[in-house]
Amino acid sequence: MKKIKCECGHVNPEGTVLCEACGKPIEGNQHIDGNDKKKLLNMRYDGSARRSQTYNKSIIDKTWNFFSSVKVGVWLIVITLIASAVGTIFPQQQYIPSDAISRDPAIFYEDRYGILGKIYYQLGFHDLFGSWWYMLLVAMIGVSLVICSIDRFVPLYKALKIQKAKRHETFLNRQRLFSETEQVSPEDIEKVKNRLKKQRYNVRDEDGYILAEKGRFSRWGPYVNHIGLIIILLAALLRFTPILFMDEYVWVREGEQIVIPGTHGEYYIENKKFTLETYDADDEKFKAAIEKQGGMIPSNFQTDAIIYKDNNADVPGAEPDLEKIIESDIRMNQPLKFDGYTLYQAGYQENEFTSMSFIIHETDDADEQKLDEFSISLTEPKAEYELENGFRVKVEEYFPDYVFQDGEPASQTNYPRNPAFVLLIYPPESDTPEVSFIGIGKNIDATGENKYKVSIQDFSMHNVSGLTVKRDYTLPFFIFGAAIFMIGVIQGMYWQHRRIWVNPKGDGLLVAAHTNKNWFGVKKDIEKAIEGTNINMVVDQQELEE
Amino acid sequence: MGDLLGLSSTMLYVAFVLYIIATAFFGATIKDKGKGNKKSLSGKIGITLTLIGFLAQIVYFITRWIASGHAPVSNMFEFMTFFGMAMVLAFIVLYFIYRLSIIGLFALPVAIIVIAYASMFPREISPLVPSLQSHWLYIHVTTVALGEGLLAISFVTGLAYLIKKIDQTVRSKRTTWLEIVLYSLILFVGFSVISVTFSIMNYEATFEYPVDNKTLTSTYTLPPIAGPTDGELLTSDAMTPLFEAPAWMHGADAGKKLNTIIWSFITGSIIYLLLRLILRKRLGAALQPLLKRSKLDLLDEITYRSVAIGFPVFTLGGLIFAAIWAQIAWDRFWGWDPKEVWALVTWFFYAAFLHLRLSRGWHGEKSAWLAVGGFAIIMFNLIAVNLILAGLHSYA
Ligand code: HEM
Repeated sequence: MKKIKCECGHVNPEGTVLCEACGKPIEGNQHIDGNDKKKLLNMRYDGSARRSQTYNKSIIDKTWNFFSSVKVGVWLIVITLIASAVGTIFPQQQYIPSDAISRDPAIFYEDRYGILGKIYYQLGFHDLFGSWWYMLLVAMIGVSLVICSIDRFVPLYKALKIQKAKRHETFLNRQRLFSETEQVSPEDIEKVKNRLKKQRYNVRDEDGYILAEKGRFSRWGPYVNHIGLIIILLAALLRFTPILFMDEYVWVREGEQIVIPGTHGEYYIENKKFTLETYDADDEKFKAAIEKQGGMIPSNFQTDAIIYKDNNADVPGAEPDLEKIIESDIRMNQPLKFDGYTLYQAGYQENEFTSMSFIIHETDDADEQKLDEFSISLTEPKAEYELENGFRVKVEEYFPDYVFQDGEPASQTNYPRNPAFVLLIYPPESDTPEVSFIGIGKNIDATGENKYKVSIQDFSMHNVSGLTVKRDYTLPFFIFGAAIFMIGVIQGMYWQHRRIWVNPKGDGLLVAAHTNKNWFGVKKDIEKAIEGTNINMVVDQQELEE
Repeated sequence: MGDLLGLSSTMLYVAFVLYIIATAFFGATIKDKGKGNKKSLSGKIGITLTLIGFLAQIVYFITRWIASGHAPVSNMFEFMTFFGMAMVLAFIVLYFIYRLSIIGLFALPVAIIVIAYASMFPREISPLVPSLQSHWLYIHVTTVALGEGLLAISFVTGLAYLIKKIDQTVRSKRTTWLEIVLYSLILFVGFSVISVTFSIMNYEATFEYPVDNKTLTSTYTLPPIAGPTDGELLTSDAMTPLFEAPAWMHGADAGKKLNTIIWSFITGSIIYLLLRLILRKRLGAALQPLLKRSKLDLLDEITYRSVAIGFPVFTLGGLIFAAIWAQIAWDRFWGWDPKEVWALVTWFFYAAFLHLRLSRGWHGEKSAWLAVGGFAIIMFNLIAVNLILAGLHSYA
């Protein structure tokens, strides 16, 4: 490595722009920070030697330089920004509304948004945020963050540590804030020193050369916040591991007790009751708003649940040995937590059918005199029912959620929301069945020759709760990353690194100042410090440049 | 309880009027020659009135909170009003750092426009659906509004910078863009003016229209230029729409929203043209003398400073608190919902702004344009995303 020795005696690493100790511009390197074309010095990294500005030979150098460029970083951010905005033009796949013609993206986008929707889908924008190229963009921002931070942090840290109070004159007069005073008394200098101390500057006096500095720690803010961002990106990677992150969905009927998915059979949930409450439409306070929104504004979704732990879960084949661990309600915004798992009230289905009871009577009987009766449990329908008075009923087909689709009967879902059956009725001592089709509001005799008719007598219903089951050990990493990020931005944004140099020159004085932000503030500090002395106020040379 | 709500509305009105008067006093500071900003009497009166107005608005906020039982940030009216209030607070903060009256002259009118705009939305107290019943909602929304209020100040000073800097003697791309920015602000005024006009006349026209096999009704408060797709007019003496909203504008009230936008453009354009006729020059040129004594350098610094102060607040409210609430309410802290994505877009934008400031060439006019762009993104998120790309955050 070619070291550069400055006239002040300090030895700088190759690529240094301003001597780390005295700040004298180092000849031949001024183009690096653009100082050769401007009067004012570029103070961004105190003219320290950054790897990215020094080497550009090997592939590694080139990659390093690419990612450490702020210009590249900004481009990556801007491209990601535009891509994100594009992802909101049409709803993402997971937000296709449930009342859409089809939730199949291949059909939905074209159906609802026409040719543009079709293009959107074909470009893969329906899952933009899960696409490989979006993740690649985010990953590249991450890489860029790391490299550019390392590139700058180390040299900047060294430069600020090594800096001397005595500065070269060209360094001082090429600062944005600068003044020269011909004649200054020692008392005035002492006054300035004390006033700066009072303003909580850290004042160093090296043989009459003064450096007043404050808020240096704020210079590390960006690096701290970038570390926070990296932690967040790493936490997002951890989500791809099933051990740390589990996400399941379960439907539980009222009265039902089932194993909670994702818990390896260790936990069971019983749904005692699901409640949906709405605001009282006569409530004086909300009356007007409720009326305007057409009534029925829900106020509460709640599942009263009991959680059991199976003590035999790790014994293969053993009967479950359930022990009640928690009885609690689960509401929106008030999830239930136990043993690292969290249950969220996420959905509901009202009025599913629990069971239906039927009677059999003669088709021509206007009084519908009961000849026999049976009832079908809709959650566990049997294949065949032997009835008391000798009838036999075979369930030929069962449509839990009946629709007539494409000229054929079908079931929309597996949930008993609109049950319908094709029943074979065997009269007593007969092997030739009659076929009946029966459902809510439908009772069809396909042949028109049935002697017996089945009618719905009664039914009972229940509600179903939809719960998300989550176990997420990655959350602490996200929280940690976010906290670090916030500390970093606050550190960097709400404090500033201010430096004021007061160096003697003959009988006179040179005053110069630099800050990384808030020039208005430093100017005020200097005004206060020199008040009543005959030291000249610094001139903002940038304003003059304009 | 009715009285409390009455008091609340009165206080909002008082604040609104005080902000207008305060603007006039800040305007008068331009004429105080030579005295320097600190000693200007009109500047002092201006900031005092602003503070009293702000207090009145706090009373509005608290009384409405008590009356409704929840923090009033849960529908479009309440949120936009709060955003206006946050802008005033942000202005107050920056005023006390820089003591620059000219910020008030530009910031208060923008806040006034925002509050007027907010007041055109339904003002009834609305009940909270279960997903909104969370303290994190309040924390999230208030912090976001505050962050956006601070960022809005960068728009204000950026705009002032452009008005001062851009050469108005010749027509150029820059003068045109500046006019577009000012014209956009006037569109909001147009919306308020036309809404007030027809609400005084109690105008209503009701339509019935189908959406996904359901029949919905929509009540227009402005005469229907654009009707709902396949809609049927139920009100007998209302005007029949000139055309129907195209079918791809899907969803409840799509026609009504389109109609409102059309009316805002019509009224806003008329106001703009009238102003041009009266002033006989570009609005930018007419405003330029107001900034005769302002320093470009200081305006640029305030632009950057308000982003520097606003960015952490916005990050905390718009991303971190938002994520905490989403985690509790919807079991995932991030779900790529349009509103969330636009918060991310805003955040990326200001991050890019801050990084561009690291290099020299981006100070001054370029920064000012960026600040304007950032505000456009914020407004897009507040208005368009709520009204057009409706997601889970179902305000209004
Ligand atoms: C979305 C991602 C990013 C965020 C939120 C972010 C945030 C920040 C913030 C808030 C600052 C302080 C700015 C100021 O003081 O005005 C900063 C500084 C900086 N950032 Fe980033 N950053 C991001 C990505 C990047 C990337 C990809 C690069 C790489 C090229 C980068 C390079 C830098 C540099 C070099 C600084 C200046 C450090 C200094 O002044 O010592 N940042 N960043």
